Amino acid sequence: MRFTLSQEQAMLRDTVARLVRERFGFEARLKTLESAAGFDRDVWREFAELGLLGAPFGEEVGGFGGGGIELMTVMQELGRGLLLEPYLASVVLAGSLIERLGTPAQRAAYLEPMIAGETLLAFAHGEPDSRYALEQVATRAVATEGGWRLDGRKSVVLCGGDADHLVISARTAGASDEEAGIGLFLLPSDAKGLNLRAYPTIDGLRAAELELDGVIVPAEAVLGAPGETFLAIEATVARGIVALCGEAVGAMETCCDMTLDYLKQRKQFGVAIGSFQVLQHRMVDLRGELEQARSMAILAAGRLEAERDERERAVSAAKNLIGRVGRTIAEESIQLHGGIGMTWEYALPHFAKRLVMIDHLLGDEDHHLERFVTLGRAAAAAPALSAVS
Amino acid sequence: MDLHYTAEEEAFREEIRGFLREKLPPDLAAKVRGGKRLTKADHERWHAILSEAGYLAVNWPTAYGGTGWSPVQRHIFDEETAAAGAPAILAFGVNMVAPVLMKFGTQAQKDYYLPRILDGSDWWCQGYSEPGAGSDLAGLKTRAERDGDHYVVNGQKTWTTLGQHANMIFCLVRTDPEAKKQEGISFLLIDMTTPGITVRPIITLDGGREVNEVFFDDVRVPVENLVGEENKGWSCAKYLLTHERTGIAGIGQAKAALQHLKTVAGSQLKDGRPLSEDPTFARRIARVEIDLMALEMTNLRVIAEAQSGGAPGAESSLLKIKGSVLRQEITDLLRRSVGPYALPFLSELMDADTNQAPVGPAEAAPLAAEYFNRRKLSIYGGSNEIQKTIVAKAILGL
Repeated sequence: MRFTLSQEQAMLRDTVARLVRERFGFEARLKTLESAAGFDRDVWREFAELGLLGAPFGEEVGGFGGGGIELMTVMQELGRGLLLEPYLASVVLAGSLIERLGTPAQRAAYLEPMIAGETLLAFAHGEPDSRYALEQVATRAVATEGGWRLDGRKSVVLCGGDADHLVISARTAGASDEEAGIGLFLLPSDAKGLNLRAYPTIDGLRAAELELDGVIVPAEAVLGAPGETFLAIEATVARGIVALCGEAVGAMETCCDMTLDYLKQRKQFGVAIGSFQVLQHRMVDLRGELEQARSMAILAAGRLEAERDERERAVSAAKNLIGRVGRTIAEESIQLHGGIGMTWEYALPHFAKRLVMIDHLLGDEDHHLERFVTLGRAAAAAPALSAVS
Repeated sequence: MDLHYTAEEEAFREEIRGFLREKLPPDLAAKVRGGKRLTKADHERWHAILSEAGYLAVNWPTAYGGTGWSPVQRHIFDEETAAAGAPAILAFGVNMVAPVLMKFGTQAQKDYYLPRILDGSDWWCQGYSEPGAGSDLAGLKTRAERDGDHYVVNGQKTWTTLGQHANMIFCLVRTDPEAKKQEGISFLLIDMTTPGITVRPIITLDGGREVNEVFFDDVRVPVENLVGEENKGWSCAKYLLTHERTGIAGIGQAKAALQHLKTVAGSQLKDGRPLSEDPTFARRIARVEIDLMALEMTNLRVIAEAQSGGAPGAESSLLKIKGSVLRQEITDLLRRSVGPYALPFLSELMDADTNQAPVGPAEAAPLAAEYFNRRKLSIYGGSNEIQKTIVAKAILGL
């Protein structure tokens, strides 16, 4: 058992850390999030030049074959700097689906330009009534001559307004809550019949609502076998959860660092407020929670390449715990800062907002607690809990 | 990073499992699993089995007859012994006084006492807390005055765990009342059979007799029973606190308790279905299980750090805080799992040799008492509030 990074992993971490130090200033972030672009395209180009956009992918598509630990490490550093860039949406979610299911021609057409930083991708899966359930897809795909016709709605699609191409899920068969019968389709964002409403999210990112009204997709833009993509979606979302857990741990570190600094600097009643035991103990609690969150991010990352049952139980456990801890650290660091923690112009509350909103992505703590119970029941015959075995 | 045990560590786990299958008496395991009180003879029996196998002194170097195990091996041993229902090794001799003797004791003290700990000749208890010195341990008042070749000890110790079975007690005593608080304290080994010592039981809220008051009235202790230098006893006490405590989270015990919880919840009915399938209760269990998964990883991270030569200092305080609260949570759920049958309180049912018929399910008998008993976890060994203050100073620099 070893919890230190390999030399290559440490180099990757240092590369991202340097980028974050040099390019992720808070003043610049405030300007960027209010700009039309919504994120810094120059920084995105640097991501590409440093090879970060291909980091999670295999060498044959221009990545360097990183696994869960690499992904968590990259996201943790980016989380420390509170990234605005659509790494989760474009690289981790949409990119991974194309890598996993795409034909060589599809990878060349969609994935490689994204890795090169030339285009952006988004994964449009959630729907107005699906909440966090991955199998609930009501958008229909009906076979037509030479392709498919899509009708339906997709909600809160991260990077949906900026993406050049969308990976869209739609039901080719079955009832709207069945795992079987879900297909994936590649679509240019200017496709005829696609109505797209982009908007900002409260944590500074961008998303979009999609309406598909008789959108025609040619046969060569079908990703994977129609109706048989659920397992790929689930595995990709697991990867997304590992990314979010890593990002959350990075943001938690910054929150804890800033709050601890504040306790040491802020003077009231003639002394640093960190000398008050009631505040010391709360700060210690946050550090304890942070370590628990870090442990779960590591566990989920380490299980990403495991068998499905083991992987899914680990990612649901991690997302549940990180959802709980994220809220605690967000609320407590605002409270320990007092009034300044309530202001737009101060960095801390932006980290806190992101931490809380991470719980609204890819399943919140309740969703994953329930899922953990269901998965556990399925594995009831399995041996006793061992996080590490 | 690699979250897997090595092949050697897996082989070690198999070795321990084999040992437990062969040597752990089933009646003893049944007592532990059933939450029955263990007698002195029960403890001594398991102690002797471990000692014979060479598995007793898990924290000792081989030179003293210890296992010389790595932190990971110790973790595996804890996990496997707890899962099998083995009694916990009592820490006072093997894990508390022994490391102090190895670090500060004279050759004669090591030669005499360490083998007696291994072979069970001595049963040690701890004389730290006093009525007026709990969290403020250095406020202790028990006095030791030099008189020729002896110290004359007067005062009172309290919360002395299993002192009723002990023949030896290691004490912090005040040898210089003029010095500053921490500077006038000495570490003294005292034979419990010395005239002037009285042990009185303290009955705890669960009805158990686990702790005692120990009174010292002109107790004469030979000066060669002083460990380290006179007035430097605080160094011994502090050394114990920073000594290897990677097992402090109690992961093995927590996992065994969680397993027990699942079994009990699976045997209780709610609306005609197992309680473990009730959505509310199932989520309560799941939440604790997830917290335990995280704490196990946190513990393993500290263990790996210790394995590569790092010294877990204040991190063990974080482990203690989280571990104690988590184990308390599990006893809370165990108590809830049997519903109204948590109420009947028949003390004899908590002893193994009783003819009394249980009220309700047999596994329910000790659950409420255990829940109340485990409130101690966040109080003893430095309360969780004291641990937080340690972390605030040592890790956070507040």
